[in-house]
Amino acid sequence: MSVLVFVEVDEKEIKKSSLEAISYGKALEDDVLAICFDKVDHGAVESIGKAGAKKLIQVTNEQLAVPNIMAYSSAIAEAFDQNGCSVLVLAKSSLGDPVSARVAIKVGASVVSNVSGLSEGSGEFVVDRSIYTGKALAKTIVKGDKKVITIKKNTVPVREDGAAPEVVDFQPTLSDGDFVVKVTKTEKTTGEVLLPEADIVVSGGRGMGGPEKWGILEDLAKVLGAATGCSKPVSDMNWRPHHEHVGQTGIKVSPSLYIAVGISGAIQHLAGVNSSKYILVINKDPEAPFFKAADFGIVGDAFDIVPKLTEAIKAKKD
Amino acid sequence: MKILVCITHVPDTTSKISFTDNNTKFDKNGVQFIIGPYDDYALARAVELKEQHGGTVTALNVGEAETEPTLRKALAIGADDAIRINVFPSDAFFVASQIAKVAKEGNYDLIMMGRESIDFNGGIVHSLVGEMLALPSVSPVMSLDIEGSTARMTREIEGGKEFLEVPLPLVAGCQEPIAEWKIPNMRGIMASRTKPLEVIEPEKVEEGTTVKTFELPPPKGEVKLFEEDKIGELVDELINKAKVI
Ligand SMILES: Cc1cc2nc3c(=O)[nH]c(=O)nc-3n(C[C@H](O)[C@H](O)[C@H](O)COP(=O)(O)OP(=O)(O)OC[C@H]3O[C@@H](n4cnc5c(N)ncnc54)[C@H](O)[C@@H]3O)c2cc1C
Ligand SMILES: Nc1ncnc2c1ncn2[C@@H]1O[C@H](COP(=O)(O)O)[C@@H](O)[C@H]1O
Repeated sequence: MSVLVFVEVDEKEIKKSSLEAISYGKALEDDVLAICFDKVDHGAVESIGKAGAKKLIQVTNEQLAVPNIMAYSSAIAEAFDQNGCSVLVLAKSSLGDPVSARVAIKVGASVVSNVSGLSEGSGEFVVDRSIYTGKALAKTIVKGDKKVITIKKNTVPVREDGAAPEVVDFQPTLSDGDFVVKVTKTEKTTGEVLLPEADIVVSGGRGMGGPEKWGILEDLAKVLGAATGCSKPVSDMNWRPHHEHVGQTGIKVSPSLYIAVGISGAIQHLAGVNSSKYILVINKDPEAPFFKAADFGIVGDAFDIVPKLTEAIKAKKD
Repeated sequence: MKILVCITHVPDTTSKISFTDNNTKFDKNGVQFIIGPYDDYALARAVELKEQHGGTVTALNVGEAETEPTLRKALAIGADDAIRINVFPSDAFFVASQIAKVAKEGNYDLIMMGRESIDFNGGIVHSLVGEMLALPSVSPVMSLDIEGSTARMTREIEGGKEFLEVPLPLVAGCQEPIAEWKIPNMRGIMASRTKPLEVIEPEKVEEGTTVKTFELPPPKGEVKLFEEDKIGELVDELINKAKVI
């Protein structure tokens, strides 16, 4: 039995969440195949192998250079069947989610999304699934011989002990129906750490006072190699772009460290950050509810503390 | 234009979550239920599209009798009629199969959903329905306009957005800022009482998953506070103990 893993690429690098998906697959079965739609360089291929894949199925079709959910799903379903796979693993993302559902229907597999833990138990295939926006989890039995599993970030550590994978070229059979969704334009920030992928997130709330005040957070993010996030009112007021908004109605993040500055910690915001490993809160109000959800805290004015924190980190890291 | 809006009946976003019966059942005690926040965006945009282009908006829920007040609220907000498929929504595949059947029979031009439910958080029912009906599905949709038989949409992706053109019919999983949430007015509430709400029995479909038990995350320990002049100690802790920077 083989496991197929859909691998996403961002700015020529394999996404860390996809490497986690490969390592997740490796923990399920020894025989792990990865499928990828971008032409990736030698280093990227190596990282796929280290994470646990034996083989990389490389789709080199010009028509698929821009991500296309329906065509990717058809191609992945074809590769899944051709290679006699039993499980497809994907990292949760704006591409992974829809692809998981479509492939599941095409190959007749059970699909489970938002998985936050490995399969356990003998006989039954049981995974932990995050529900109620991180407020609970469901031990979920996934039925049937074929399964599609979409995992949350930070579900498994990335392995680094695998050998270089065999690379095979694959030309999927596609139809006109796969191309009915036309992407007319893509706007994407480049050179920045993607928020859902980030290992550290520096987030600002209404307490920051205005968009022109974000410099101190950007400086802190820069020394940490972190992504920047924000609370909902901040993106509602257009201080920051919508794709940075964290919470119940925004992006759910699960970084190793979430730093919240001038955010009160409303339950809807916490819903997006409660699977972070550590939370550091900086707020001038000692009664701010966020402190109850935090591991570390500093009570004080963001404009005094954040620059000092940035300096202290710089000093210790050099 | 015929629009189908699929809504969930979910605990209010501020609810405390707990379970009963040896952690096998959600504890509804004291919980207030609402239309899923993303579904609320879908519904608001559906009502706007109807105002622009004419047609009807049908609200659909897969759920037991207790969800009817939530469907009535959708009617008060502006849906013309409602359908309830009378069964507990146990699994994404199961729910999608029920929705797909109604959607197919009703020949809708547009099937609108939320980007995700806030109880299951699967974010996949729209894509499942799309594939079951061989229709395109797009999620999360931040704007949606109809021109003739084409939908122009923006979809949020990591770090940005895509601009899309898709022929109708299609399935859209919606999120803000597609529309402003609508609050029902008195007239809407009065009208909602007499608008049709049809109850239909479910299809026999085998679920893909079942929940064995629920669990709550371990409680968070006490926060460790650092004085403003002890930032260095905090940084040491982050580097050496937590090992996160
Ligand atoms: C259905 C629903 C969904 C929602 N979804 C989300 C969501 O996804 N994400 C989200 O974030 N919100 C969401 N909200 C909104 C949420 O309820 C809160 O209103 C919001 O999170 C508050 O944002 P904030 O903490 O930035 O602002 P505020 O609550 O105004 O808090 C500002 C904080 O900054 C502190 N402060 C002020 N000045 C300084 C300073 N100089 N230095 C340090 N600290 C300072 C204050 O003490 C205060 O704690 C949702 C609400 C609803 C009803
Ligand atoms: N029980 C249900 N009844 C009606 N619509 C639903 C139901 N469950 C999910 N949906 C729709 O599917 C969307 C995505 O749900 P999910 O895949 O559970 O995150 C929701 O926002 C709803 O629009």
